[in-house]
Amino acid sequence: MKAWLTHHLHSLKIAAQRFRDAPLATLFTILVIGVAVAMPSGLYVLLSNLDRAAGGVKPQVELTLFIKADVPENESRALAASLGKQAGIAEVVFVSKADGIKKLEAAGLSDITAGLPANPLPDTLIITPSDSSPAALQELNDRLEKLELTQQIVMDTDWIKRLSALMGLGKNLVFLLAALLGLALAAITANTIRLQIYAQKDEIEVAQLIGATDRFIRRPFLYFGGIQGLAGGLAGWAIILLGGYFIESSVAQVAVAYGATFDLHGLGLDELLSLLGGSTLLGWLGAYFSVNQALRQFANG
Amino acid sequence: MIELSDVTKRYPGGHEAVSHLSLTIEQGELVFLTGHSGAGKSTLLKLIAAIERPTSGNVVVNGQNVGRMKRPALPFFRRNIGLIFQDHKLLYDRSVFDNVLLPLHIQGMSGSDAAKRVRAALDKVGLLKKEKTRPITLSGGEQQRLCIARAIVSRPALVLADEPTANLDDAYARDIMDMFRAFNEVGVTLVISTHDQELIHRYGGRSVNLAYGKLVA
Repeated sequence: MKAWLTHHLHSLKIAAQRFRDAPLATLFTILVIGVAVAMPSGLYVLLSNLDRAAGGVKPQVELTLFIKADVPENESRALAASLGKQAGIAEVVFVSKADGIKKLEAAGLSDITAGLPANPLPDTLIITPSDSSPAALQELNDRLEKLELTQQIVMDTDWIKRLSALMGLGKNLVFLLAALLGLALAAITANTIRLQIYAQKDEIEVAQLIGATDRFIRRPFLYFGGIQGLAGGLAGWAIILLGGYFIESSVAQVAVAYGATFDLHGLGLDELLSLLGGSTLLGWLGAYFSVNQALRQFANG
Repeated sequence: MIELSDVTKRYPGGHEAVSHLSLTIEQGELVFLTGHSGAGKSTLLKLIAAIERPTSGNVVVNGQNVGRMKRPALPFFRRNIGLIFQDHKLLYDRSVFDNVLLPLHIQGMSGSDAAKRVRAALDKVGLLKKEKTRPITLSGGEQQRLCIARAIVSRPALVLADEPTANLDDAYARDIMDMFRAFNEVGVTLVISTHDQELIHRYGGRSVNLAYGKLVA
């Protein structure tokens, strides 16, 4: 157990030594990994913020149900009350024919309303759904259309469908980017490790000749790859934080222009941990493949 | 201890470094491999240490068929052999002490036990006072002695030396041969390749003469 611990500490020391031996090269590699990590993660952060912003808008989605003209007002009111209790509906506002006219007059259209022989407006229900996903809206729309009293339903779901499709596209893009840049990260690590292996060729050869196992030779490189991946992940996180800081004030301006308050959210703790864990793992994997390939190439085995 | 039977080693390109060679070396023997350069001395040592694998025939060391050994078993096999190279193969990025420590470290030994053994080995080859220096500052003879210290620090039963005295002047060569004889006297099996006939005359021991990859009686 003690020997095992000593081995690992020693490997860690060697890995740290190799960082110190080439600080500039290491810094650049970490920066490259940081950028590779920051691109999909930054896009992810942007998307989750957009999603949150869109979520704040969604409750304003409304369906307007026009009731047939010959239906008496008390029946319309009863329908409004019963709909208000149904699942999938958050709120029902009843606007009677008379209220409708008053609203038009209040809106400065009294000239027009005064010229009308009779009130042409139907009783109207303004329905706020509790779930504003496109599927739920469509389902609610179909349900309301089947009602006997319904004349017409007006619902504008197109922009929600578009937004939802865009978010889906964005999420797929994040996956694609993450996969591609993850591959790049492993390749970057494999390459830096390869260079190190060639610098350390003598040592590896001697170690093999005097009885070092592959595992013994591999270990410091794996530590190096893992630490480099972790440092790259931290650099990526720093880039995201800096980027967020940079665009925060302009986001606030946009939000004010839309009459909303909105603040950017960074990565959550679990998201940060999976980012760091992922970049560490990819660095480790890159090192593993690189060392294994080199060990097979050396003739002493 | 070492048994080669009808061993051939053919390198890519068709050159046969060792051809149909059979040889037995008993435990505790001191054996000199002689012959012109290119006679197959180095290849023979490499075959025994499993650095090369025979094209045909069997190499058996300590009852293990070295030619058929699986890759993961090789390191553990090599830990029982002390290897001494003509070009030393020292690591110049660390001290004399750390060079000798490496085999013990690989075997999982550390701390004061390991340090004691490293100093004992350095003492045997007369380099104790230089443990903190870098190998690059040592003379050729000292570098060869350092290589020997590294080979014997893990107390192997078998030591293979490839032209250990090739680049040394006579006094240094005699030093090193005295050391080898001392190891042999405590029971270590030694196989030493050399083209220095005079050395063999002076030290006795069994002489195996090679020419073009074959034994010469």
